[in-house]
Amino acid sequence: MMHSRTVQIWVGLFVVAGMAALLMLSMKVSNISAFTESEGFKVTGYFENIGGLKVRSPVTMAGVVVGRVASIGFDRESYEAVVTLNIQSEYDNIPEDSSASIFTAGLLGEQYIALEAGGAEDALKEGSELQLTQSAIVLEQIIGQFLVSQADKE
Amino acid sequence: MTNSDMKTESPHEAAGEPLVRIRDLVYHRGERTIFDGINIDIERGKLTAIMGPSGTGKTTLLRLIGGQLRPDTGTVHVDDQPVSELGYGPLYELRKRMGMLFQNGALLTDLNVFDNVAFPLREHTQLNETMVRDLVLMKLHSVGLRGARDLMPSELSGGMARRVALARAIALDPMMIMYDEPFTGQDPISMGVLVSLLRTLTDALGLTSVVVSHDVQESLSIADYVYVISAGKVVEHGTPDDLRQSKSDWVQQFIQGKSDGPVPFHFPATDYAADLFGGNN
Amino acid sequence: MLNQLQKLGATTLGIAERLGRGHLFLWHVLSGFPALLPRFGLVISQLYSVGVLSLLIIAVAGLFVGMVLALQGYYTLVDFGATESLGVLVALSLVRELGPVVGGLLFAGRAGSALTAEIGLMKATEQLSAMEMMAVDPLHRVVAPRFMAGILAMPLLAAIFSALGVIGGYFVAVGLLGVDEGAFWSQMQAKVDLYEDILNGVIKSIVFGFVVTWIAVFEGYDAVPTSEGVSRATTNTVVHGSLAVLGLDFILTALMFD
Repeated sequence: MMHSRTVQIWVGLFVVAGMAALLMLSMKVSNISAFTESEGFKVTGYFENIGGLKVRSPVTMAGVVVGRVASIGFDRESYEAVVTLNIQSEYDNIPEDSSASIFTAGLLGEQYIALEAGGAEDALKEGSELQLTQSAIVLEQIIGQFLVSQADKE
Repeated sequence: MTNSDMKTESPHEAAGEPLVRIRDLVYHRGERTIFDGINIDIERGKLTAIMGPSGTGKTTLLRLIGGQLRPDTGTVHVDDQPVSELGYGPLYELRKRMGMLFQNGALLTDLNVFDNVAFPLREHTQLNETMVRDLVLMKLHSVGLRGARDLMPSELSGGMARRVALARAIALDPMMIMYDEPFTGQDPISMGVLVSLLRTLTDALGLTSVVVSHDVQESLSIADYVYVISAGKVVEHGTPDDLRQSKSDWVQQFIQGKSDGPVPFHFPATDYAADLFGGNN
Repeated sequence: MLNQLQKLGATTLGIAERLGRGHLFLWHVLSGFPALLPRFGLVISQLYSVGVLSLLIIAVAGLFVGMVLALQGYYTLVDFGATESLGVLVALSLVRELGPVVGGLLFAGRAGSALTAEIGLMKATEQLSAMEMMAVDPLHRVVAPRFMAGILAMPLLAAIFSALGVIGGYFVAVGLLGVDEGAFWSQMQAKVDLYEDILNGVIKSIVFGFVVTWIAVFEGYDAVPTSEGVSRATTNTVVHGSLAVLGLDFILTALMFD
């Protein structure tokens, strides 16, 4: 067929451009770390109120992302939320008695779990349970408490 | 219209099995009856012409022989194989041995002349390119267009396109070729070229040719045997000389191209005078 | 009243019959795919007409859509002081929705209509019949390579659309509106997920490529073999293809991002 060489070169360029675009989308636009994240260990924690926490919300320690929320469930006995955290396996020296708090990034931002290191010898491992947890701060409750305390003063 | 000489037995007796045998063929398109029980035999190595007015389904007949359409009742046998009952595989095998020349050539518009003729060879054989090249040039030479091998179909005249299509149809050395209106819309020179090509190809290659046409004089001049179809029936059949001496008024009108006769000049209508003075209706 | 009812019934039957034919057609075409692998050259030449020739409009459209997204998003986000999220907005809109959907619409308009017209004309000029009589199955030789090329080309085109859109958005946000470059990319990377967003977008574009190409080649193959019939089939491809993309997008979005 005529011009088949030109056609093939163009198609080659097209495929390369398409692949490059896909590569850019996965490397530059999204977090490629999603690949490594599945390798890690799971710990659970009970929270009275998780507020707006979602699956895949970040888990941070000193502001550095060390893992993500793997699943959120509800405990029928204690009426508390059960949150499973997936911690990346490289962070294998987090003390067992570390505390977990649900914070909000900025006033309107998303919610995340912040871990604060305790003093225990043993580190968190697969299946550990976080003993010290602090629930999400629900804005309406704070405003409500503030109003009540103002009323009491008068 | 006379159907007096319709016969149910073989229309003409000849030595050897006919290549194409059509028996009691009935075909409807929607409400319209295209064929109403026709019998046709096409002899091996002969040039058979099938003639009839426009719209009698001559092209449909070729498609029935080629297995592109299936009859409602009746049978079509090609080389002793029942075309209308063949499955996908055997039908495609059979078609490799049949060629068909479409009205306007039906060349593949994105391929040049050479590649068009090479198309069936490349699709069906494992020949190397040198062999393909030699075969294509031989076929193109036989239709006198070896020099046009690099042209695109859009650069060809109608007659040349048909000749290229003819070269393509004989590329696989088929046992028969069907021609769909090969003479329509040709100037006298290309018509003459096509007429003599058809005859020489039939004789030289021992092909069986079926020509569907309403160009009476050209068809009669080259055909070995002629069928005339009208209104879904075979009206007359015989050698060209038989036909010229036919007693049927209808056949005489058709052959001589008279404007009035058994086939009236006027399309059926209400009374002329009444129509003119009848107001809006 | 009874006439209306009859008309409705006839239309319904017609649609059902056409759908049935479309599926048989699809099955027949797909059965020709294995035979294409040793003759991949056929697919490559179709990738040229389906993919390469659609590249320009896809690239230009992607770039401009990304630029407009950044511009419009900025004016909303600036009120909340959240302009750093502009990257997230642009990237998520493109990767999840606009890349596959607008890419699919443009694909239906550019490549789909060309496919229908080409196959329809081949039918009208008896080229398909001629192939059948040469014992070459046109569904395998003509339709199957075009179909495969369409399925392969569409995800690549949608990815190019999205990538260029992000780049266009970057130029407007960082270059024109003064959004912080680091925040633009890091916010984007933090929020866009490889599986959730990008992979789902690719799946969408594969589905759209399949459906649009299917509609295009079927409309061409099923066209009334006259110039009028082919032009109507071409219009049908663009209309039905676009509607199919929009309708399927809703269903896929509901299934993927619940």
